[in-house]
Amino acid sequence: MELFWYIVLMTMLAVYVILDGYDFGAGIIHLFFAKEEKDKVLITKSIGPFWDANEVWLIAAGGVLFFAFPTLYASAFSGFYLPLIMILWLLIFRATGLELRGQLHNSLWENIWDKAFGLASLLLALFFGVALGNVVRGVNLGMVENGVSTQEAHYFFLPLWNSTLDPQSHQLGIIDWFTLLFGLISVLALTIHGAAWIIFKTNSSLNSRLKTVIFYANLGLVGLILLSLLLGFILNPLPFQNFCSRPLVWIFTAVMLTGSLGLFKIRSWKKDGMGFLFSSLFLAGGFAATVASIFPNLLPSTNTVNPSLTIYNVAAPEYGLKTGLSWFVVAVVLVALYLVIQYRVFRGKMDDVDYHGEH
Amino acid sequence: MEDMLLYDRLQFAFTITFHYLFPQLTMGLSLLIVFFKFRFLRTKEDKFNQAARFWMKIFALNFAMGVVTGIPMEFQFGTNWAKFSELTGGIIGQTLAMEGMFSFFLESSFLGLFLFGEKLLGHKLHFLTGLLVFLGSWASGFLIIATHSWMQHPVGFEILANGKYVLTNFGALFSNVWLWPSYLHNQAASLVTASFVMAAVGAFYLLSKKQEEFGQLFVRTGVIFGLAASLLAAFPTGDMTAKNVVKYQPETFAAMEGIFETEKGGSEIILVGQPNMLEKKLDNKIAVPNVLSFLTYQKWDREIKGLNEFSPENHPTNVPGLYYAYHIMVGLGTIFIGLLSLAAVQLFRRKLYTTNILLWGLLFMLPFPYIANTTGWYTAELGRQPWLVHGLLRTAEGISPTVSSGNTLFTLLGFVGLYLLLGLLFLLLAGKIIYKGPQTAIK
Repeated sequence: MELFWYIVLMTMLAVYVILDGYDFGAGIIHLFFAKEEKDKVLITKSIGPFWDANEVWLIAAGGVLFFAFPTLYASAFSGFYLPLIMILWLLIFRATGLELRGQLHNSLWENIWDKAFGLASLLLALFFGVALGNVVRGVNLGMVENGVSTQEAHYFFLPLWNSTLDPQSHQLGIIDWFTLLFGLISVLALTIHGAAWIIFKTNSSLNSRLKTVIFYANLGLVGLILLSLLLGFILNPLPFQNFCSRPLVWIFTAVMLTGSLGLFKIRSWKKDGMGFLFSSLFLAGGFAATVASIFPNLLPSTNTVNPSLTIYNVAAPEYGLKTGLSWFVVAVVLVALYLVIQYRVFRGKMDDVDYHGEH
Repeated sequence: MEDMLLYDRLQFAFTITFHYLFPQLTMGLSLLIVFFKFRFLRTKEDKFNQAARFWMKIFALNFAMGVVTGIPMEFQFGTNWAKFSELTGGIIGQTLAMEGMFSFFLESSFLGLFLFGEKLLGHKLHFLTGLLVFLGSWASGFLIIATHSWMQHPVGFEILANGKYVLTNFGALFSNVWLWPSYLHNQAASLVTASFVMAAVGAFYLLSKKQEEFGQLFVRTGVIFGLAASLLAAFPTGDMTAKNVVKYQPETFAAMEGIFETEKGGSEIILVGQPNMLEKKLDNKIAVPNVLSFLTYQKWDREIKGLNEFSPENHPTNVPGLYYAYHIMVGLGTIFIGLLSLAAVQLFRRKLYTTNILLWGLLFMLPFPYIANTTGWYTAELGRQPWLVHGLLRTAEGISPTVSSGNTLFTLLGFVGLYLLLGLLFLLLAGKIIYKGPQTAIK
């Protein structure tokens, strides 16, 4: 039962990365590349009817984490307290940026919310990458000092950074050079993803330029990933031993590589949806390969006193997990139906959709 | 440790109080918009469709505020109440996860279609998307109150040797005696807010002599729905909720009613008075003898236990706060019924639209349903203290062990600043939409 909910949780998170990922990416493109009013409006149109439902995947995944793995929910949410609250603040700015911009027609007003939307998207992409980096690196569970736990075995707290930004330091911080590298990978990957979405869903004047952006960002992304693999190997061999011994991880990695290689050909495709397809493959494969390489750990321990949190030692008891299954199946069917309806109604290019009804 | 508990509680109280200003309008207003859309489909009179469009603009803004302030609520169980989440997550996580899966997806998928899809979908399908958004928001309220009810009156569980609460009966979460009265009471109160907002906007148009056709429609709709909802909030739903409290949380009941001493021959109902916590009595009270006993048990002489008979460590932690919250809610509820009854009489006599004193009353009543809803929730939450899970887990035992008070105060201050900004923006933009009025909404 634990394994089933683990797969559910990770699938939901992967869907979240793909769906809200294009919103963040669109925000980054909006911030750096959209200079003309009509391109800005097109970009917000292309995510307008979707972003709210996309964000629900995060909330729903949080709910599943809460009920299926309550100990991990408690441990990770209190341990990563500051960045999580900051993510909440950024999500608020992202949403208000999108929803309030069209309410007044004043260039200063529009400018403020454009920046709020763009900057919040950029920082969210960075923060989520850093978060994944923290999970791969592990944390000091039980807050062990000199071989003695100062807290219960599954609790910890991390400040935002330590003075040296060293991932092997005794006093870990959330941001160190290793996790920051994950953050940068995430920013580049989502920039590509967002650009691919805009190409897919609009006829904006930016589209041909965005293909070039995707090409070079993809080049940088491959470089950063190679660097992270190299550094990861030096830092923390366990996920990398798993990496070699698990066929499933190889499959996910192959999916990721397909996505990555495909993106290099972005400029030669005729169909506008292909880039988005390949960037989705890249994100899903990369995310799956990363979490599968530390399986069954959910949050590794960096000390030898307290064990890592695994899907087995943080799960709720059997009865709850089984009953959860009955309502979850119904819910998933409904959610799939909503998705189909939503993407059918707003299919194709969205240049003519009436977003932000106020005229 | 004391500071940690204080800031954790303050942050939750502040963020939930602010958050709930929005959903209470969302839930009630979605019903009223669906009603307008329905009237339009039946009568084909364009004014109903214009009315629906106008309120959808307020709804969209209000909904966005509700969403952005709502996400921090789900996160805070883990960030600030980690121990509580760890111990009870297998149970309350269940209902909260259901909220995400059943209601948030429904609302968020169809809200976009509802707000932007009128032309794409045609009126019948558009009505349907409105209905689905309404269903989603009411389902969300239901699952939240199911969670709340378990904390007030835990059922269907066992406690393991390691202190963890384990679900043993899923169905019990939904047949909980606490759930249905509280849910219906809350939904009625939400409709009271939406009705007063609608009536106040209508009264504003009538008094300022603009958009008068819509002014009349909004006042009429607000008064009729508001009167029905205010009556339902008092009886039977409020009455049943209070009877649950007297049965399962007698010390809370005594504190909220301001009854310190058990009176032989029946308890009086307190109308006014200040709890004196030093001497454990009520100062300057105005009361009517025996009425409380009658309302509670339908027997004039039935005894009600006073607060002083319960052991002090189980008293609600903030007795005066609880007492005032409850009395403000009940007092306002009574005023609502009075004002709306008068308005309904004038409406029936076809004189309401020219009875300026009642229109002024409706206009200035705007903030008070929000206050009544908020104090109602304070009654429930302060009444549950000092417990997180009533009778079993104390609030102090539920906080995150590793999050220091300095970090919580930092984030609390951040929330205060950010929400102040959001509140100002909401007032500015909602004010602009209302000032422009429905007629300019025609494309």
